[in-house]
Amino acid sequence: MSVRHALLALLSEGPKYGLQLRQEFEVSTGEVWPLNIGQVYTTLQRLERDGLIESDGSGEDERQKGFRITPEGTTELDEWLRTPPDLISPPRDELVIKVLSALRVPDVNVHDVIQIHRRYLVELMQQWTRLKEDEAEFDLTLALVVDAELLRLDSVVRWLDMADGRLKRASTEPALASTKPRLRRRMVAPR
Amino acid sequence: MSFLELRNVSRAYGEGPTEVNAISDIDLSVDRGALVAVMGPSGSGKSTLLTIAGSLEEPTSGDVIIDGVALRDMSRNDKARLRRRSIGYVFQDFNLLAGLTAVENVSLPLELDGVPARKAHAAGMGLLEELDLADRASHFPDELSGGERQRVAIARAVVGERHLLLADEPSGALDSTNGEAVMRMILTACKRGIAAVVVTHDAQLASWADRVVFLRDGRIVDQTAPPPSPEALLQHAPDQ
Repeated sequence: MSVRHALLALLSEGPKYGLQLRQEFEVSTGEVWPLNIGQVYTTLQRLERDGLIESDGSGEDERQKGFRITPEGTTELDEWLRTPPDLISPPRDELVIKVLSALRVPDVNVHDVIQIHRRYLVELMQQWTRLKEDEAEFDLTLALVVDAELLRLDSVVRWLDMADGRLKRASTEPALASTKPRLRRRMVAPR
Repeated sequence: MSFLELRNVSRAYGEGPTEVNAISDIDLSVDRGALVAVMGPSGSGKSTLLTIAGSLEEPTSGDVIIDGVALRDMSRNDKARLRRRSIGYVFQDFNLLAGLTAVENVSLPLELDGVPARKAHAAGMGLLEELDLADRASHFPDELSGGERQRVAIARAVVGERHLLLADEPSGALDSTNGEAVMRMILTACKRGIAAVVVTHDAQLASWADRVVFLRDGRIVDQTAPPPSPEALLQHAPDQ
């Protein structure tokens, strides 16, 4: 997550102090991502060094400094908002690797492995849903963050369900059962 | 105390070599006020479990106990009365009667049970008001959106003194916002003391439940532990 750009976004509303930025950052992300004040000041120093923000305080004490966004900062923020994050290269997903590995290990039932992860994910989803049930109806930012997290976890559960079904079918139809890659085409992410 | 209990329930279809076990050795209990989700892929026995729990179908073996009474000890009439008075059903395709308005659909179960029309209508209206659907009361099902239809169907399922709500993929045909509204309604019904069982293949839907039971090939293979408070999520949130 880009703390740097999130801080620029908050400064685009007007000049602010470091402590204020930290509070507003936490509120604007539904308080799901706590941020320590040291990280805020380090990020602000780098933003100032890069000419994306300027400070009005002359002293050494960071807490006394007010920060404002520069025209370069506004351009940078605008570009960042419109640039899609890197979703092209498939991530090396630990869960996918665990399930693929379970297929190779003797005396391990891959369906049991899948179920352990499915249950854990659903338990996590229950917690996020509880958060939504308790608070999100009244808090738009929290609702957005919780929706994003629920959909992410849901997509993993769906993958497990699909893997479960596919492996079950493969066990009854031996022609599908080979775990050896038939296509040796390498997936190369376009750059 | 559990309102619904399934003890060692199995259901087989066919005989001899063609016999297929739809569900096997199911033990499940649902307390008053609790929402339990049964999650599993299609063909795992979810719907069979629900129809047996709702006394719409007999188990091949095992016992279904509702409010402390085993269904096997009930007469046909007793069972019919139980279904009319105590159990509400919700299906994926809403099953509203097209020729009746929303409020007539909701009050129908009461009328069928002998409640005078005026009183049944008042109870239906009261419930629709409670569920924020009062302005739709005189609309016919084809004048309602999918989400509204399903909310009316849930109102119909919980009207009167129902104690058990059984829902089969209640938000299957709805988008996620409407699906969420449906689950919130079911949760509200549970807070009024109704025991609810929702069967679904959808983890998002299941995550509204107090407990999620996983069904595979007709057997319960696992269930979730009671969820810790959501505060735990915030405490473990990464620093960046």
